[in-house]
Amino acid sequence: MKTFDYARADSAAEAVRDHAPGTMYLGGGTNLVDLMRLGVAEPDRLVDVSRLPLDRIEQAGDRVRIGATVRNSDLAADPGIRARYPMLARAVLTGASGQVRNVATVAGNLLQRTRCAYFQDVTRPCNKRRPGSGCPAIAGDHTNLAIMGASEACVATHPSDMAVALTALGAEVHVTGTGGDRVIPMPGLHRLPGDEPERDTVLEPGELIVAVELPPPPPGAMVYRKVRERASFAFALVSIAAALDVGADGTVAGCRIALGGLAHVPWRAERAEQALLGGPATGEAFLRAAEAELEQASPLPRNAYKVPLTRNLIVSTLEGLAS
Amino acid sequence: MNRIEGRVKVTGLATYAAEYPVEGLVHAFPVQSQIAKGRIRQVDAAQALAMPGVLAVLSSEDPPELAAAASGELALFQSREVAYRGQLVAAVVADTLDNARAAAAAVRVGYDPDDHDVSLRADHPGLYKPDTVNPGLPTDTEKGDVEAGLAAAATVVEVTYATPVLHNNPMEPHAAIACWDDEGRLLVYDTAQGTTWSRDILARVLGLPADRVRVVSRHVGGGFGSKGTPRPQAVLAALAARAVGRPVKAVLTRQQMFDVTGYRTPTIQRLRLGADAEGRLTALEHVAYEQSSTLEEFAEQTATPTRIMYATPALRTAHRLVRLDVATPSWMRAPGEAPGMYALESAMDELAYAAGMDPIELRVVNEPDTEPHSGLPYSSRDLVGCLREGARRFEWERRDPAPGVRRDGEWLVGTGVAASTYPARRRPSRARAVRREDGDYLVQVAAADIGTGARTALTTIAAGALGVDPDQVHVELGDSDLPAAPVAGGSMGTASWGSAVVRACEELKSDGREGVADTTEEIEGDAQFARHAFGAQFAEVRVSSVTGEVRVSRLLGVFAAGHIIDPQLARSQFIGGMTMGMGMALMEETLTDEEFGGFLRRDLAQYHVPACADVRDVEAVWLDERDVELNPMGSKGIGEIGIVGTAAAIGNAVFHATGHRLRELPITPAKILMSRF
Ligand SMILES: Cc1cc2nc3c(=O)[nH]c(=O)nc-3n(C[C@H](O)[C@H](O)[C@H](O)COP(=O)(O)OP(=O)(O)OC[C@H]3O[C@@H](n4cnc5c(N)ncnc54)[C@H](O)[C@@H]3O)c2cc1C
Ligand code: SF4
Repeated sequence: MKTFDYARADSAAEAVRDHAPGTMYLGGGTNLVDLMRLGVAEPDRLVDVSRLPLDRIEQAGDRVRIGATVRNSDLAADPGIRARYPMLARAVLTGASGQVRNVATVAGNLLQRTRCAYFQDVTRPCNKRRPGSGCPAIAGDHTNLAIMGASEACVATHPSDMAVALTALGAEVHVTGTGGDRVIPMPGLHRLPGDEPERDTVLEPGELIVAVELPPPPPGAMVYRKVRERASFAFALVSIAAALDVGADGTVAGCRIALGGLAHVPWRAERAEQALLGGPATGEAFLRAAEAELEQASPLPRNAYKVPLTRNLIVSTLEGLAS
Repeated sequence: MNRIEGRVKVTGLATYAAEYPVEGLVHAFPVQSQIAKGRIRQVDAAQALAMPGVLAVLSSEDPPELAAAASGELALFQSREVAYRGQLVAAVVADTLDNARAAAAAVRVGYDPDDHDVSLRADHPGLYKPDTVNPGLPTDTEKGDVEAGLAAAATVVEVTYATPVLHNNPMEPHAAIACWDDEGRLLVYDTAQGTTWSRDILARVLGLPADRVRVVSRHVGGGFGSKGTPRPQAVLAALAARAVGRPVKAVLTRQQMFDVTGYRTPTIQRLRLGADAEGRLTALEHVAYEQSSTLEEFAEQTATPTRIMYATPALRTAHRLVRLDVATPSWMRAPGEAPGMYALESAMDELAYAAGMDPIELRVVNEPDTEPHSGLPYSSRDLVGCLREGARRFEWERRDPAPGVRRDGEWLVGTGVAASTYPARRRPSRARAVRREDGDYLVQVAAADIGTGARTALTTIAAGALGVDPDQVHVELGDSDLPAAPVAGGSMGTASWGSAVVRACEELKSDGREGVADTTEEIEGDAQFARHAFGAQFAEVRVSSVTGEVRVSRLLGVFAAGHIIDPQLARSQFIGGMTMGMGMALMEETLTDEEFGGFLRRDLAQYHVPACADVRDVEAVWLDERDVELNPMGSKGIGEIGIVGTAAAIGNAVFHATGHRLRELPITPAKILMSRF
């Protein structure tokens, strides 16, 4: 691991001021420190933001503000979150392990990097890690990688479960930087790889996440489901965060669907949502909606299974919510 | 009995190889090949040598001296040829691990790469017939006329199964500390499954007489075969310590363990089975294709269990090997039996369906009187008893054999059965037992406790032989200075060491002060028998028709493995093996990187083994077996049989649940979905 300097920031303003090229913010370190040990991340300097006074979950009118350094386990255990946003609590709980969640922060979780095996191995090429070096995953191991929105430069997926729920809930990410404060809606924080796969998000260098704000929960039932080959402590092959509001007349009054494990971003299934709105809440309609969404899929040989998996998952999850 | 060393382990006081406090210790960190095949042009260590704390760089530029007998994976830095990606091509020795690691990254290795070939195929032109397969068994066997048997059969099954590269992944990484004294004697704290063998091999590699080498491994955090013989870290520590004149520690990272400490060869297995109208086999053929490296021939005995399982007039087994640009495979829990029985027992299930028979009855009607391939009588064999007892506990008679018809919501439910077997052998061992001044007993044997509870089992055995309370017996093991003993491997440890311990204790009892035993002659005189443990594995699985996820809701293993010396330890071995078998069935897989060579997914976040949440209901029971032809304890090895057959039972249950036969492990949601939904 490359030698680095370490500083602890006492305020968000100080952290931003302290940021210079080569600096990285340190949350719980559960992803960043791993990547440093692997030589994938080589910061000159870490500014530890994990103890900033941003560790509270507060009600702000009908919205909920979650501080950037709230630990994943605290978020999942928060009674208000569990009662009003159960899909979020559930998504966080399905991620990683108890030990990891105890130290991982909300901001760090959103900004964790892909689990693509080539990305994590500095002896192999990877456009995301070393722009222009190539993407061996396309011809090699892409079993767990993207079927939606990928590019010829990169087929990585974003691995966070929490981000999928936040995307379905339409959360807003509050950031501060030298250019001032701004609010980034979800989806919108993460970006598709295009020809710049080295950029995971729209954040500018030095921008610090200070909070995530949740609008009031969408009406209707909501759920998070994660698919994996072992029952715990595994990243999603595909996951879904969904909310469904069926009106008294049996038609879909409201619908949110976000998918994990499919793309470089937590994928909001807008086409499926559009297809459903105002229509009947039936298995047939759900299938048509899923298929409308999956028309955009361009799977590779080893991840083609994600197409039927996602289709089944959308249909079965919506059926569960409708009943 | 509770583990004797349980308290020191859970309180963190047990000293593992990397933890010995040695004064003046420095660290070695390897540099690994980044090509899969070719020649090292040059190793430029100038920059690394100038870095802080760096004491030396070892490489083929100036090959450290090793004996001519050094070969294969242990002949470090002797050749400029690269055999696989990840091979150790240099190492840095420095004052701290961090400095060594940083400098290792600064060593510049220039290569002349060649085209590599890392893919096992059943039609590979390089396939050949090795002279023998492990451990010295015939490569091929043939009895009767397989073609005629198939031609005459009422039902024929011809199937191909495949298993992937699997890695042992013990919790404790491979580690060694090497210390040379002023007289040129070498002490190595190593992660060894057997200190005697380790010492002999290290001495041979280094060109030293065995009495100048001592290997100490008091606690070993699992090995599953990957610590059965010295791995490169032990040689590296010894060479580095010699080069810098200070004790050196070499600890492999998890990723390096994937690269250089061995793995289970992938296999492709072709089976042909014929049965008459009553389900009796008319022919059985099992051909295994597997790989080794260009460095060493490692020929896994994949088809050998087929030689001992079922009665048939025509039986053919064969092994073909291809030498690829890959690391050398090695032993992994039940080498041969685990992948071989996966294929055979899956094929038997297919035959049962094809013949319209119950899979248990199919096995029962094919129960042999003598070992099919050798004709030898069994010292004991109670496969049928295991199947019957398991059937009773699993309520097998209520099972509807029709596949794909049981549903619980979105979950398809199915059950499966498979047989299990593992050889019951023993090797010569020595042991010493003395009465201490305080009246207690000291038992010494260079056995290894790799987490199995060997120390505890040997205490029970000695106490029994001496007729005293186990509290009065103190077993010393894990040191090559103790009476020579074989490795903890091949499920032979307890049988081998225990035989010597019993004899030493018997002598002590008659002598009053000391007993020394060497069982070489006793074992040479063992009568000719086919000695094996048997078992039956039952699995119930739930397969999601939505996601293809497979969850094992119940596993039951019934074993006939001689006299069980310690039920508590035995249960751990059985359910540990079965859990590992669940991993093999559903998730464990190391990918070979076709483009660059070497392995992908080299850590535990990517190489999945069952998590606690996967292990819902795993139960092991055993039938008491009395077998006087084994050893003084009447015991059969139990360390490996638990993993044998589990994957087949689960695969058979997946078929029963879904109606789809998946013939390539692991059975992942991806494969289920692509075959079905
Ligand atoms: C074995 C294992 C299994 C896992 N399984 C899962 C899983 O199943 N699902 C899942 O979702 N996750 C999983 N994770 C990932 C885990 O959720 C993340 O590692 C964790 O959430 C990251 O949070 P952190 O605070 O530790 O981030 P860090 O590692 O500290 O930081 C991550 C990134 O965020 C940046 N950063 C941190 N805080 C800020 C801030 N306030 N503003 C701007 N940038 C910031 C850092 O610079 C860094 O780039 C797993 C992790 C491990 C190790
Ligand atoms: S998919 Fe993206 S992260 Fe993976 S190797 Fe290709 S460029 Fe790198």
